[in-house]
Amino acid sequence: MSLLKIEGMRVEFPSRRGSIVATKDVNLELAAGEILGIVGESGAGKSTIANAILDLLDPPGIMPKGKIFLEGERIDGLSLDEMRKIRGRRIGMIFQDPLTSLNPLQTIEEQLVETIVTHLDVSVARALERAIEMLDKVGIPDPAIRIKHYPHQFSGGMRQRVVIALSLCADPDVILADEPTTALDVSIQAQILDLMRKLVKETGVGMIIITHDMGVISDICDRVMVMYRGDVVEVGTTQKILGNPDHPYTKSLISAVPRPDKRIDRFPLVEYIEEAGVAHKSIDVKTHWLGKSRDFDNSKSEFLVSVKNLEMRFRTVNSIFPSKRKYLRAVDDVSFDIRAGEVFGLVGESGSGKSTVARMISGIYTPHAGNIFFDGADLTALSSRKAVNHYRRQMQMIFQDPFSSLNGRMRVADIVAEPIKFHKLASSNAEVKSIVNDLLDHVGLGAIAAKKFPHEFSGGQRQRISIARALATRPRFLICDEPTSALDVSIQAQVLNLLKDLQEELSLTMLFISHDLPVIRQVCDRVAVMRDGKLVEVADSEDLFKNPQSDYAKHLLDLMPRLVSA
Amino acid sequence: MRDFARRFFASDIWWSYKSSPLVVVASIITAIIIFSSVFATYVAPYNPFDLTQFDLMDSLKPPVWMADGTSKFLLGTDDQGRDVLSTILYGSRVSLLVGFFSVIFAMIIGIVVGLVAGYSGGWVDAVLMRVADVQLSFPAILIALLVDGVARGLLPKNSHDELAVYVLIVAIALSFWVQYARTVRSSTMVERTKEYVQAAQVIGLPQPLILFRHILPNVMGPVLVIATIQLALAVITEATLSFLGVGVPPTSPSLGTLIRVGNDYLFSGEWWITVFPGVALVILVLAVNILGDWLRDALNPKLR
Repeated sequence: MSLLKIEGMRVEFPSRRGSIVATKDVNLELAAGEILGIVGESGAGKSTIANAILDLLDPPGIMPKGKIFLEGERIDGLSLDEMRKIRGRRIGMIFQDPLTSLNPLQTIEEQLVETIVTHLDVSVARALERAIEMLDKVGIPDPAIRIKHYPHQFSGGMRQRVVIALSLCADPDVILADEPTTALDVSIQAQILDLMRKLVKETGVGMIIITHDMGVISDICDRVMVMYRGDVVEVGTTQKILGNPDHPYTKSLISAVPRPDKRIDRFPLVEYIEEAGVAHKSIDVKTHWLGKSRDFDNSKSEFLVSVKNLEMRFRTVNSIFPSKRKYLRAVDDVSFDIRAGEVFGLVGESGSGKSTVARMISGIYTPHAGNIFFDGADLTALSSRKAVNHYRRQMQMIFQDPFSSLNGRMRVADIVAEPIKFHKLASSNAEVKSIVNDLLDHVGLGAIAAKKFPHEFSGGQRQRISIARALATRPRFLICDEPTSALDVSIQAQVLNLLKDLQEELSLTMLFISHDLPVIRQVCDRVAVMRDGKLVEVADSEDLFKNPQSDYAKHLLDLMPRLVSA
Repeated sequence: MRDFARRFFASDIWWSYKSSPLVVVASIITAIIIFSSVFATYVAPYNPFDLTQFDLMDSLKPPVWMADGTSKFLLGTDDQGRDVLSTILYGSRVSLLVGFFSVIFAMIIGIVVGLVAGYSGGWVDAVLMRVADVQLSFPAILIALLVDGVARGLLPKNSHDELAVYVLIVAIALSFWVQYARTVRSSTMVERTKEYVQAAQVIGLPQPLILFRHILPNVMGPVLVIATIQLALAVITEATLSFLGVGVPPTSPSLGTLIRVGNDYLFSGEWWITVFPGVALVILVLAVNILGDWLRDALNPKLR
């Protein structure tokens, strides 16, 4: 008998304009000691399945059809009280963000012991013993001491270990893990996945992992279920799905994952992708507003952007005595040059200072020391607003989070028109309008997008709006700060293609920041590796991937997820 | 125009309006109250402030449905023989005027201070917020009294009565702006770190433009809710000030003054003098509050 079984699950979200069907007809079975991966892009209904199992659908979600069995016993439609006995006790949950899934005001001990005492019939002293045992099991050193600590005293990876201990401490039969490693760095991701696999095999629980990341699937899962817009398109063993998928959607999903092993010219255009069908009315940049009349000289020098001994410190302890102040060096003595027309990559794990460098170049932060040269002019020496704006216009930035980088209260037309109007790049409102429409067309959205608000678009489409806004000042230099890390792989492929096309058409120079090495390899000409605010290595992209010099770069390359499981 | 009307009736705002009966009722009530107080001269059966129209013989008559009531005075009369219904209609004029304008005035001061403090941070924030804290440590009434006292000292004596309403508005606004400033400041600090603000900085927009075009619309939600609550508080503060003799002159009393005056008769059995103005005040405040709550959600494009 299977541990968890779902038959014909259908989940709907009724709304003003008809019901949205989140999952159509999901059937799944999970055996003890098995890890089942549910993979799919955002909106495929992956998380809905987990929430429906626990009867935790966000209102107004309902499950009009389907049966859920836990060890042969039906658990859908149970009363609130009965359901509460199942959550945590028999089905454990691991959430995406370890920063928010622990209560910051309670020690680890309080949270673990409370959970154990609630679910298992044991004394507090026995619960404490068990809690320490669990922490030891998930690989936290000195568990008896660490258990007295608060969540903020743990690093992100350690915190996720605590969350895993928390989900395991009531000895559940099934664990649902919703994107358990998405918020973590690659090196920590690998450790957590190893741990989860080990624990599942030891304790014999069944685990469902929900993820958008093919790398995670290939690392940990026994079987995989691929979902597309609420439908299950394919189920099979990991080897089968990754190595020899049957369904065209699975094939396209795998082909869209950036390859770490060699550089390809473009990502393959695949069907089944929301935006692939949009007619791309391209404009001839030689004659269009976008390409013409640059009122600045093109490439005086070999290097468009040069950074010399850049330093940024954030004050962590303040004092009226300057000598007592303490600082965190986010960026420490960083120098590099970016050639006109190239794509320069900046790679590193979170906290390495790569975004800080980008923000200093774009003028959001003022560097503590060092110089930034743009086209030969020292930007750090400029003081008048007018002079700064002259250069600001020539560099634009594309941000990581498509959901916060657009002002939700403005229409798309106004968002894209703002820089044109502010820098007076067009003579009349009618011209602004036609430029905005052309830009939106050019990034593959179509002029109809202009009248809508940002929230009506998906992540990938929003990123296109961001790109249109950045292009609206006719920049020479584009800073892309993790432009695709919040996007699904297929969308990521589309956006990267678009950036590549634009870069060639408009001969843009780009600074491309990412933590994702395969993406870097596909996009960048030269790469700089950063760690703890310092530059570790600068090399041609192909050289770096074939023959890394520094130990840290080697380490990062080792951790790169390989799709085809060995 | 017809095109506009069609678009309006197809819009999400109209849809969310008509799909909530509570909001429809609240808006109708608010409209009735505003209409009947603005046109009190035509709607009210009597002019309670015209000495020739009332008679001391009619004083303290109960409402029409009670034993001694007459159909001349639907809600009864007060101690001087004035029709309570008419005094309510005339009185809510002053109350609404003071309430709305002092709230708008306080909102403008509070929003500007809050935006600047939240966005600039550092010493600017520290100074502005300490000013706000100092002000917060005095009761609103005390500040309003102070402003009123200063105004009385500065203005010529014979214009006191005409200008009383404006002085009240300024006094109440100056004691109420802190709430807005604190709320706007904290939301601004959250919005400031979002990437759309950084995008605006990268475009090169000057600070005032970023503040008012980008951040302001995103921090208005809580402000609207506070405004509806403050409206009620402003009406009550005005009543208190008038009771203390520094508000509107007794010859044209407000809703608040009516409640205060009626208080004296509460225990001698003439409850209607104070209860009806009180009920009118509660209904007004409740209706505006519901409208404000709805407006906050309706103006958020994400919640449509």
